Amino acid sequence: MGILEVKGVGKRFGGLQALGDVNLSVQENTVHAIIGPNGAGKSTLLNCLVGKLIPDTGSVTFDGNSVLGRKPHEINQMGISRVFQTPEIFGDLTVMENVLIPCFAKRDGAFRMHAYESIEQEPDIVNKAEQMLIDVNMIEKRHMTGSSLSRGDKRRLEMAMCLAQDPRLLLLDEPTAGMARADTNNTIDLLKQIKEERDITMAIIEHDMHVVFSLADRITVLAQGTPLVEDTPDNIKGHPKVKEAYLGETQEV
Amino acid sequence: MLGLNKTDSKFLLIVILLTLFTPFLMQPFAADSGLDQFNGGYPDLMQKVAIFGIFAVGFNILFGLTGYLSFGHAAFLGMGSYAAVWMFKLLTMNVIPAILLSMIVSGLLAVIIGYISLRRSGIYFSILTLAFAQMCYKMAYSVLTPITNGETGLQLSLSDPRILDGATESTSLPVTNIFGLAMNSSYKLEALNRVFTFNVGFYFCAVIAIIAFYIAIRLFRSPFGMMLRAVKSNQTRMNYMGLNTKPYTLAAFVISGMYAGLAGGLLAAMDPLAGADRMLWTASGEVVIMTILGGAGTLMGPVLGAGVIKYLENIFSKINESVLHSWFHWLPDGLEEVVVWVFARFTGEGWHLTLGLTFMLVVTFLPGGLVEGIKRLKKLTKRGGKPKDKLDAPDPEHTPTPSKHVV
Ligand SMILES: Nc1ncnc2c1ncn2[C@@H]1O[C@H](COP(=O)(O)OP(=O)(O)OP(=O)(O)O)[C@@H](O)[C@H]1O
Ligand SMILES: [Mg+2]
Repeated sequence: MGILEVKGVGKRFGGLQALGDVNLSVQENTVHAIIGPNGAGKSTLLNCLVGKLIPDTGSVTFDGNSVLGRKPHEINQMGISRVFQTPEIFGDLTVMENVLIPCFAKRDGAFRMHAYESIEQEPDIVNKAEQMLIDVNMIEKRHMTGSSLSRGDKRRLEMAMCLAQDPRLLLLDEPTAGMARADTNNTIDLLKQIKEERDITMAIIEHDMHVVFSLADRITVLAQGTPLVEDTPDNIKGHPKVKEAYLGETQEV
Repeated sequence: MLGLNKTDSKFLLIVILLTLFTPFLMQPFAADSGLDQFNGGYPDLMQKVAIFGIFAVGFNILFGLTGYLSFGHAAFLGMGSYAAVWMFKLLTMNVIPAILLSMIVSGLLAVIIGYISLRRSGIYFSILTLAFAQMCYKMAYSVLTPITNGETGLQLSLSDPRILDGATESTSLPVTNIFGLAMNSSYKLEALNRVFTFNVGFYFCAVIAIIAFYIAIRLFRSPFGMMLRAVKSNQTRMNYMGLNTKPYTLAAFVISGMYAGLAGGLLAAMDPLAGADRMLWTASGEVVIMTILGGAGTLMGPVLGAGVIKYLENIFSKINESVLHSWFHWLPDGLEEVVVWVFARFTGEGWHLTLGLTFMLVVTFLPGGLVEGIKRLKKLTKRGGKPKDKLDAPDPEHTPTPSKHVV
């Protein structure tokens, strides 16, 4: 039994069957990559996991509990954090504040007033946020506003925000898209390090094969809303079906 | 100082000093200088500035931080006034219990209105709050007449019980006081051809306003304030970070409702009357205009906006045609008539036209309000007053935009 079990999930948008019959089992403390051509339904699948979409059919369980029908904030409280394909950050707030918010928010998301103390009065939380920014290599940008960042920086910031939550399952939707090569490599190193240091499971969608093969323990190939194969990276590399459906037309491995 | 950082402390200190010396500052022109109509109508005007400053600062906690634009905050103002007058009638003429009750009652009303209105956001939220306020207004006129005294408005009467004050034989209505010190009493000082008045009511309002302002600063700088700004910035991210935004927005709504109630209570403390007019939508609109004119989301903006609007209202509505004639008597006859006619449209009864024009100009050219104007002036003087050169202008691509919400 994996920590995340997706069984028979289907989703239609009008006439378009975005997801057919998706079965996926993500094992605890592994990195599971989902690859596939544009429009394969990868983001749609993640949307079904975090409560943004409700699948038409099938079931999704996290750690034995169903996530279907729960609100996004409740699903997050179960331990699932997500980095979006289009970065979702607080554009009006500074980089530092962006990271401070998940550091202040309790894991259970409980409402706390905190209206009468200043942020500086919580050195532990400030230190944690600073450490998070150092980890993603953005500490020198801490006074910039979120909206003034480049796309790659926004994504690294969003990753820092999600990691600050100490999630059990981290969902990454194309985390390195829009990043410079050096930043991509930093991100790979960061995720590798996180994987070693923490009890964390990751599901990662990525077009950059270098990232996928550096990180993934298992790979699922999705095409036209259905999983084609699921295997270890080594086996996927040579798989004829994969080459035909995906790799052949986009990227050499 | 008091848990504030250096800049905020300095800022608070300036506000305190300005308030303390208001009686002097508001009398820049000697009585016989011919310009005395520009003197602030102290103490009435300054009381109003302090009270509406509180109202606007509270409104800004909701609108400036969370971005939820309420068009019904006058309901809390009116509610506060009614509650205070009832306290004067039933318990005592001391203003402390009155303003406490004002805050509690409008806070409760805010819980109900906020709970329902906050189910929607954007324009739907604004319309819902407007509808609730108009409902309160209509009810104050109709079904609630036994409590609100309908069109006449709630007033003191000699037969009121006033349990704590005990019976008086006096045949005139009692005045509001704070532990015996009457609100309308003042100490006059004559010097420099001016009369400086130190009014108890003004200083009471000023002290409350400073406390309210101090609390607002703390709130702006607190983690809670940061959460509220995050709500304005990106609710989706809040949700996907496990945070339910509703308690945060509701808390902000109730706090700002209590500020409005406090302002309403103070209005009644200065003049123990309460009418349904205070709940009318124009009053709700006024606080929106004050906040935006001064600069929404900034600390000083709402106070500045309240000050400017109340000052303009006071000064411009006092300038009638005879004043204008005395100004322009040196013009040739036909021309004088024309000039006076034009100016008369913008003064006296027509001062709203001036307000409208000012508002339009500020919103168009200074979207950040008067606070932004002050910031730009500061920048200009820092450059030695040099006019901005195109090459000097910061490149938006390569200069980080500083965070809004400061000062
Ligand atoms: N909300 C929606 N309404 C209608 N159609 C949608 C919606 N979301 C996605 N789709 C469609 O579903 C299909 C799958 O989209 P999805 O975003 O899941 O693809 P993807 O695998 O993430 O692609 P990419 O690599 O480009 O991100 C696409 O054809 C898309 O147009
Ligand atoms: Mg996608």
